[in-house]
Amino acid sequence: MDMAAHTGPKAEVVRRRRANAGRHLAPFLFISPWILGFLFFTLGPLCFSLTMSFFDWPVVGERTFVGLDNYRSMFMEDPQFRESLWITVKFAAIYVPFNIVMSFLLALLLHHATFASGFFRTVFYLPSVISGVALVTIWSWIYSREYGLLNFMLSLVGIDGPNWLGDPSLALVAIIVASLWGLGGTMLILLTGLKAIPKELYEAATVSGVPGWAQMVFITLPMLGPMLIFTFITSIISAFQQLTIALLLTKGGPLGSTYFFAMYIYDNAFKYFDMGYAAAGSWVMFVIVLTLSLVVMRWSAAWVYYEGEVRPADGDRDA
Amino acid sequence: MRKTVLYATLILLSALFIAPFYWTFMTAVKSTAELYRFPPVLWPSEWHWENFAAAWSKQPFGTYLSNSLIVVVLSTIGQLLSSSLVAFGFARFRFPGRDALFVLLLATMMIPWDVKMIPLYMEFNMLGWINTLKPLIVPAYFADAFFVFLLRQYIMTIPMEIDEAARMDGANSFDIYWRIHLPLMLPALVLVGTFHFMNAWNDYLGPLIFLNDQSKYTLTLGLSMFKGLHEIDVTSIAAITVILCLPPLALFFLAQRYIMDGAVGSSVKG
Repeated sequence: MDMAAHTGPKAEVVRRRRANAGRHLAPFLFISPWILGFLFFTLGPLCFSLTMSFFDWPVVGERTFVGLDNYRSMFMEDPQFRESLWITVKFAAIYVPFNIVMSFLLALLLHHATFASGFFRTVFYLPSVISGVALVTIWSWIYSREYGLLNFMLSLVGIDGPNWLGDPSLALVAIIVASLWGLGGTMLILLTGLKAIPKELYEAATVSGVPGWAQMVFITLPMLGPMLIFTFITSIISAFQQLTIALLLTKGGPLGSTYFFAMYIYDNAFKYFDMGYAAAGSWVMFVIVLTLSLVVMRWSAAWVYYEGEVRPADGDRDA
Repeated sequence: MRKTVLYATLILLSALFIAPFYWTFMTAVKSTAELYRFPPVLWPSEWHWENFAAAWSKQPFGTYLSNSLIVVVLSTIGQLLSSSLVAFGFARFRFPGRDALFVLLLATMMIPWDVKMIPLYMEFNMLGWINTLKPLIVPAYFADAFFVFLLRQYIMTIPMEIDEAARMDGANSFDIYWRIHLPLMLPALVLVGTFHFMNAWNDYLGPLIFLNDQSKYTLTLGLSMFKGLHEIDVTSIAAITVILCLPPLALFFLAQRYIMDGAVGSSVKG
């Protein structure tokens, strides 16, 4: 009986219709984990936090709508807002270029190394593999005033090393250096990019007598463009989110000299439990990061070469 | 001559990158007497391996470790399954809104964690998940944008004919995913698994915000709390730091081939 139901002409239609519906539904079933995750762990929280930013919202107790008051008092009355933002901008302005230039130089060195390049690549990448907590622990001893590795090395050349983490003018530099220790990820991306540049370009240039520096400017940099932009944007985003190292290495001090913007948001949320105010701060960060990323993309579109792209100028020349 | 300069530079820089690891390891095995000597002892006269066991018993590090392992193992399983499912959906189907959704997925990578951290805390608070390991595990079951992107790129390199042949033989979409593509994307899964393992194992801010009780601490949080309380017990801190670094380093060496094969790079080219 069962058999008959499944083989009859009517059943055939039903089966086909079902299969059809299944085909339409299948892709959504496959991507449903992400859709649900997007709703519950991204879009929902984003809307929630935007709403919170217009409220005086303690973790427990009465919520009151305050309109733009959180933003107004942040910009107008809160010196910590301006100071922490300024420290973060300073950090980003030094960290981002150093991160990219040093990663690029390391990648170049590795690219030109014929022997044991895999070994050196591994060594440079190792620090990016470990936890921020471990990184901070390690660097806190390197920077230690009396027993630190750094001051010992300085003493070898006759320099009396300073108190790196205790001096307001040095602590930010110390954090930047510790962060740069983990540049392996950026280096790896750029190295992959270098390897993908066709060798024929360099051969042709060398045959035509193009000097090395010009090959760098007119072949390497433009071909590496998309990756440089990618690392530029991700570095900016991570620089603005910098929290773990400052939280553990200097706790924002000394004298607030490493009190990053992310720490300011964190403190407002989880120390003062002023969720609405903290949410407003996080939206300021979001807008800054988004604006910077878009500016970089717009600015790069003018000179970065993307594979397979035909520029109007090229077409004109052909015509 | 140029090669000599190149290798001299590489060796010097490697020493700089390795020195902090070396220093930490030596600190962990030194005797207390040698710890505070100036100039520092670069090669200890005696090796005190018992420092590791001594450090381990100073706090419930065993509990921290098992919490870390629960989080890492369960979330890695979730991440591998969910991200590969979603990647397969985006790579192998045409459906209305697909490209727009994919752009949306990529765009979520640009959202700073700080914006989500506060509402997520409130959300998990409402669910009663604060002070449990759930906030560190459950989101991994809902796919990660970057991993979806990596896996999708990988699936796109696999010829469509394989799918069609399987469909002729009566396989449905899930069979094709489960029996054909999952085994085929093993190299990419190793990469995703490794990256996720490292993220989960190394995570500090998540445990810091979502966990309160010592009995729930993960190893990173436990170490940072221990360090805050016993700043002078340098030997123990170093020993635990070494232990904390070992799993990601070991995993990195095992999976190195997959990581270095350029999967990272291909993710950028788009």
